Amino acid sequence: MVATNVEVRPPDSRNYAPLWMRNRSKLVSVIKATVLTITLVVILFPVINVILISLMTRTDLLKYSGSLDLLPKHLTLAAYHTIFSGGIVIRAMIVSVSITLIGTFLSLAVSSLLAYGLSVDGLPGRRSLLLFILITFLFTPGIIPLFLTVKGTGLMDTYASLIIPTMLSTFNVIVLRSFFMNIPREVLDSANCDGAGYGKIFLYIVLPLSKPVLAVMGLFYAVGYWDAFFNALLYLNDSSKWPIQLVLQQYVISNSTLPQSIASLSQSVSVQAPEQSVQMAVVVIATVPILIVYPFLQRYFVHGVLTGAVKG
Amino acid sequence: MAQLTRTATARRRRSRPPVRFVNRPPRSGGGRLARLRRYRVPLLMLVPGLLFYCLYYYLPIFGNVIAFQDYLPFVGIRHSAFNGLDNFRILFESSEFWYSLVNTLEITALQLIFFFPAPIILALLLNSLLSNRLRRIIQSIIYIPHFMSWVVVVILFQQIFGGAGLIPQALRTHGVSNPIDVMTNPAFFKPLVTAQVIWKDTGWGTIIFFAAITSIDVALYESAAMDGANGFQRMWHVTLPGIIPITILLLILRIGTILSVGFEQILLQEPAVGAKAGQVLDTYVYFHGIVDGNWSVGAAAGLVKGAVGLALVMLSNWIAHRLGEAGLYS
Repeated sequence: MVATNVEVRPPDSRNYAPLWMRNRSKLVSVIKATVLTITLVVILFPVINVILISLMTRTDLLKYSGSLDLLPKHLTLAAYHTIFSGGIVIRAMIVSVSITLIGTFLSLAVSSLLAYGLSVDGLPGRRSLLLFILITFLFTPGIIPLFLTVKGTGLMDTYASLIIPTMLSTFNVIVLRSFFMNIPREVLDSANCDGAGYGKIFLYIVLPLSKPVLAVMGLFYAVGYWDAFFNALLYLNDSSKWPIQLVLQQYVISNSTLPQSIASLSQSVSVQAPEQSVQMAVVVIATVPILIVYPFLQRYFVHGVLTGAVKG
Repeated sequence: MAQLTRTATARRRRSRPPVRFVNRPPRSGGGRLARLRRYRVPLLMLVPGLLFYCLYYYLPIFGNVIAFQDYLPFVGIRHSAFNGLDNFRILFESSEFWYSLVNTLEITALQLIFFFPAPIILALLLNSLLSNRLRRIIQSIIYIPHFMSWVVVVILFQQIFGGAGLIPQALRTHGVSNPIDVMTNPAFFKPLVTAQVIWKDTGWGTIIFFAAITSIDVALYESAAMDGANGFQRMWHVTLPGIIPITILLLILRIGTILSVGFEQILLQEPAVGAKAGQVLDTYVYFHGIVDGNWSVGAAAGLVKGAVGLALVMLSNWIAHRLGEAGLYS
């Protein structure tokens, strides 16, 4: 080891900083800290606000914004009890979870099959097939023809209408393909020498090597399915099939009462939770699933986003 | 030896016949059919994906013919009468279309001015942090809003700014008799929509800029510091020039989507402020075309939007190439 490039850590600091960054002005640091703190508060406060409202009792809720004393005295899970005792929210959550799981699986499967096929060397017509899907970047067909197509292919009022019309994102397919193309040729060739055909190479070599990018693409697809409300608004007339986002939109934003509304449901429950708390509890429940998977996938984000930006 | 292996690899790269086909009969005997046969597995893998594009991309594109028809749902596309460019005439004569277009452009302009630079500033700020752990914590917080649905984001804003929200309530109890409801006031609609986009996607947008910043050679900072540049000067003369290429690329790509502003976001909030203040091209197509049943005029509007978008994407790609960037497709 020749010590030409040894980074000397200052003994008093756990964080290494280059020498020229040591003498930093106090004023600049204070300004930076203030700006970052404000940013974090602006991002977190609306979320905390909604969580708090969902946990409040009726009397606390009335005083909440008046006192500017933001921490409520009594926290209660009554709103969540109301929701979990059955009714449309539970059903909508089941719909959303199922759509997201099935949809993400299908999207990933079809995308990676397509991306792998398009990455195979010597495939007849590869360039034109690639062009065939790249054209989608240039021109969008529009909402109305798509609606008529969904209607024409018999998907109206089926759960499939929430998955199939948005199953593939060209962006994700291209990212996957560029990732597959970067797998060292030697690995694929040696598998081929051992007698693996394209199917086996795909299943046992390409997919396992692509776990990080598959994780990011899966997250993108899953968030897409989970967050979408417009498809359901457009294609599902039957409100008993609605996913959670559409229920939220109807129940909280448009403030319309649902056919099997939560209000009527809460009468059967002994603990009466205030309407606003119930609404916010639904918001929390509709956001939690994403926040659960988020930490596991976070380390892959940068990779996925950058591959897309550079190679897309 | 090294030379030998390299040429062997190069040859393999040029054409990669699977090894088990090494003893296949000479190519002339095979021809096109043999080639299709050899690649039947990967070709079959393409089928579901290509079927998707045929059904839900190309079929709708041809469905746009209804823009040139007097389309009636119960008659169907095949039997509806063609009426030439009548729908486009109706479209261009309707004031609703024009103010939707103006609203779209205004919102795009606001987003370009206020939203576009936000991630750059935040990324610069994050980059100047010395503690890696603190930076990682901040990063994982600021990415979160990107994953929330528009429905949830709109509700979060309602609970703060809406009529019964936190701020108006607090104002009311502290003597302001009639605080403004920002969520339903037409004058505030466009700034509000922009603020929501900033809230939701600034953090996520930092990823790409931050990566560009971290790929700048540290030696540049070192020599700048040796020459006596202070922190601000190093940012101005080293960091900013380092991220200009990606900034220009993203800006150019944004040109292609000038006519698309958050469809779900605006669809959710337009009813609260009315069409005059809130309608954009996409919601015009939805409300006018699907809700009111003017299918053909709506399709015409969608087609106009698609055509302008196509022209803009090609223009932006051309500019990107002129500036020496890779462009969207290359």
